[in-house]
Amino acid sequence: MFATVGERAVRGVTVQHLNMWWFTYSSGLRKSYREVIDVSWGDPHRAGVKPLSFVRQVLAACLYSELMDGDKLMVDVKQRAQRLLGTCAGGSVGSYCATAGIPQTLQSVSQYIMRRDGGVPCHPENIYISPGSQWALTNILKVLVNSEASPRTGVLIPVPCHSTTIISLTTLGAVAVPYYLREERGWALEMEELQRALDSAKGVCNPVALYMINPGNPAGYVQSRKSIQEVIRFAAEKKLFLLADEVFQDCVYGKESEFVSYKRALAEIGAPLSDSVELASFHTASKGLMGECGLRTGYVELVNLDPAVMKHINNLFSTNSCPILGQIALDVMVNPPQPGDPSYPLYLKVRHFYLPASLAQNVRRVEEVINSFPDFSCQPLEGGAFAFPRLFLPPKAIERAKEAGLQPDTFYCLRLLEEAGVLFSPGTEYGQKEGTYHIRFCIMTPSDTMEEILRRLSAFHEQFMKEFS
Amino acid sequence: MKLPSSMNHGTALLWKRRALSSLSTTRRGLPKPKMSDNGTTSRGKVLTIDNMNPTVKKVEYAVRGPIVQRAVELEKELSEGMKKPFAEVIKANIGDAQAMGQQPITFFRQVLALCSYPELLSDSMFPEDAKSRACRILNSCGGNSMGAYSASQGIDSVRQDVARFIERRDGGVPCDPDNVYLTTGASDGIVTMLKLLVCGEGATRTGVMISIPQYPLYSAALAELGAVQINYYLNEEKCWSLDIGELQRSLDEARLHCNPRALCIINPGNPTGQVQSRECIEDVIRFAAKERLFLMADEVYQDNVYAEGCQFHSFKKVLFEMGPEYSETVELASFHSTSKCYMGECGFRGGYMEIINMDNDVKDQLTKLLSVRLCSPVPGQALMDLVVNPPQPGEPSYERFIKERTATLSALAEKARLTEQVLNTVEGIRCNPVQGAMYSFPRITIPEKAIQEAKKLGQQPDMFYCMKMLEETGICLVPGSGFGQREGTYHFRMTILPPTDKLKILLNNVKEFHQRFTQQYS
Repeated sequence: MFATVGERAVRGVTVQHLNMWWFTYSSGLRKSYREVIDVSWGDPHRAGVKPLSFVRQVLAACLYSELMDGDKLMVDVKQRAQRLLGTCAGGSVGSYCATAGIPQTLQSVSQYIMRRDGGVPCHPENIYISPGSQWALTNILKVLVNSEASPRTGVLIPVPCHSTTIISLTTLGAVAVPYYLREERGWALEMEELQRALDSAKGVCNPVALYMINPGNPAGYVQSRKSIQEVIRFAAEKKLFLLADEVFQDCVYGKESEFVSYKRALAEIGAPLSDSVELASFHTASKGLMGECGLRTGYVELVNLDPAVMKHINNLFSTNSCPILGQIALDVMVNPPQPGDPSYPLYLKVRHFYLPASLAQNVRRVEEVINSFPDFSCQPLEGGAFAFPRLFLPPKAIERAKEAGLQPDTFYCLRLLEEAGVLFSPGTEYGQKEGTYHIRFCIMTPSDTMEEILRRLSAFHEQFMKEFS
Repeated sequence: MKLPSSMNHGTALLWKRRALSSLSTTRRGLPKPKMSDNGTTSRGKVLTIDNMNPTVKKVEYAVRGPIVQRAVELEKELSEGMKKPFAEVIKANIGDAQAMGQQPITFFRQVLALCSYPELLSDSMFPEDAKSRACRILNSCGGNSMGAYSASQGIDSVRQDVARFIERRDGGVPCDPDNVYLTTGASDGIVTMLKLLVCGEGATRTGVMISIPQYPLYSAALAELGAVQINYYLNEEKCWSLDIGELQRSLDEARLHCNPRALCIINPGNPTGQVQSRECIEDVIRFAAKERLFLMADEVYQDNVYAEGCQFHSFKKVLFEMGPEYSETVELASFHSTSKCYMGECGFRGGYMEIINMDNDVKDQLTKLLSVRLCSPVPGQALMDLVVNPPQPGEPSYERFIKERTATLSALAEKARLTEQVLNTVEGIRCNPVQGAMYSFPRITIPEKAIQEAKKLGQQPDMFYCMKMLEETGICLVPGSGFGQREGTYHFRMTILPPTDKLKILLNNVKEFHQRFTQQYS
């Protein structure tokens, strides 16, 4: 199982190789499609989703304040831009901000967290805004991972897992200790499996932290409150630091699903655990329905950490701060237009009707189409930005892949790209149980794009399976 | 602070001292640390001072360190109406031009506004060249949006534009876009390169040469990586010049206890502002070639050159002009940023690095490292595109652009001269010419009594001096001890960025403070 984790392809390199292969190979080919649809990223804008108008208008006004003269922009846009510029040094988005972020933005974020968690207190001093949530995660890992230690520091990670986190861990010299999610049970986290994973670390490394992704990436599960509380108790008992990657908390669409933050679940358990279990939870402006990945803004909230350690964490964050534009977008994310604001009707329409409806439609269609094939299966999609269906590949296809020196799911993805012009990423990148194969693709696309993707995928899949039967 | 009665006296004192020694009310961690049964906070924690990564404990970054935290507290107190001997806190600690009132370049902001909200493309308030530039940038972005991730290495068309800029700047020396990486500020590139370079253990642990004084990002990164910092002293008496003899001395000594692999130069210098002569750069390149050192050239202030007779020479250009013996062998990384020069756009976190002669396998590792943060902020990449491709003669925005750029750079030159001039009228302050960059780094004489007082408080003497200055005048500077200096000497770093009339007042206040301080501790 450690080997599987180690062989995982690096995101950038895999896509690069796929692209290069395609570009060299395809020049003479007659294509049945006019353009490549790239859904290998968790990137709604790249997939065709338009940015939210309000946030972009505010950004434009903050960048070029001449826009605030006259009637080009709505009153609430201007007011927001003015307020936010007032929080920037020298009234400019070009200035540096304080180490942890713009103080007023930190305040807004802490209030958002309190509202989200039904009033559980949140102190701005425990929040650090960073250039993306992975940046913050890397900093926290830097504190946890003692690269000079023997045995090496271990961190429990789910399989399948966000590939960037694995690279982060390995470049810091930590050991990734995988625990397998149970695909047949909707990617459930089983406590026996967590225990098994922990036991497997004996003699190999010193596990200090437990990393969870909720809602999942690549798998589209949403953890139940009960499961979260079980994990918290486990972490408390085994003395593990909790790393809760919750960047998809605003992408929940499963009918029975509800996002409960680790922080809230911890508070609900009560003392003494709520006062002692150490937790870092991560969120971002990249996901959710704003999808502003390119602005690179995320944050971490630290709960119950030793104050002396916090001082050093502050030093780590002090050498490179978060882009100001991203913090402005974050402020809009945590403080969207309200009923009565001129921009509210459009915001409501897009954010609460169009986008969720579009996503719900995509989810329904993906499950329908994928599950209609006997050799393709998709667990119920409850949250997150991706589908991660399982491929039951025929032995001949696996053989052909091996001949080409490729993982079978990578081979499938390459052929899909070449023949159907759709770019997915192979399950190999995220880790999977030995002998199983998956593909991942982003489902946060306009509905008609998703229809086109499913049409091409179906045609390709039938053809592929026939060829290798 | 009320302590529980169940705590024993010794533990109580320890806890109180630990809490008070945190640097500010705003960043002390939890407002009320929770207590476990035995009455201490850190027992029972998974992550403690004792088991956390030891190298992280050594990380300090003076530019945003304790004195700045105190300045923030003072600002808060002022805003709450507390009476102080000054009306405002002036943050002359950080190279943040726009925070001090420098105006951004109009063209850049217009293009970025158009990129953010493309509906504005139909608005007549924007010139045509800004619009076509915005379209070009958006066409290179996924989904035509700055909100999409870019490739890890950066947007292709931007890297190509950067390569062309480098070629023009360097008189035609070729630049391969594949060697260009767009980074989250120059800092991201520098830290990533250092990470690539550092390995080994004990006597074979990587050593990295850095100037003293240096920009503390380097010392912070080296501390965190557990690398050996190899100090080479700049010559204060000769205007902070770099001496090859000193490089050799420092290297030879370092070879006894580590494996020196890299040499970092900041040109123009930070905090010292010196601009290296072409001859000096050639000497450094020859030295790096001979001693097989990877050269890291931090050139973020390349447009900030003020002194007569000084000129910026890029390491890359000089390297190539020295012929294939050097240009095909010396490994070099040079760094640039959108934060300094005439742009001052620190908040965008835009930057790039160009890597020369790096082994291909190492390049793959570099790509992997960069992919961890996915990509650098796209608005910063867009801005860098504009910086390397500004308006050209004949284009609608050209006149205004040139006017704004010239005004900014000449104002900085004027302030550099003013700063040097005024500070040198103060007895006990000696300021080298500010040849470039954005700072003065004058040497201050601190009376013996003050040094003793500082020692009693457990503070560096120049920190003691700067803290006093902050409390009495509201001026926030960074003590020289944060940058490194020769034993027994003291300095402070002050930016030249406040508007000229404010700068005059500031310099005068510094002068008066110094005189008072000297008097008080004589």
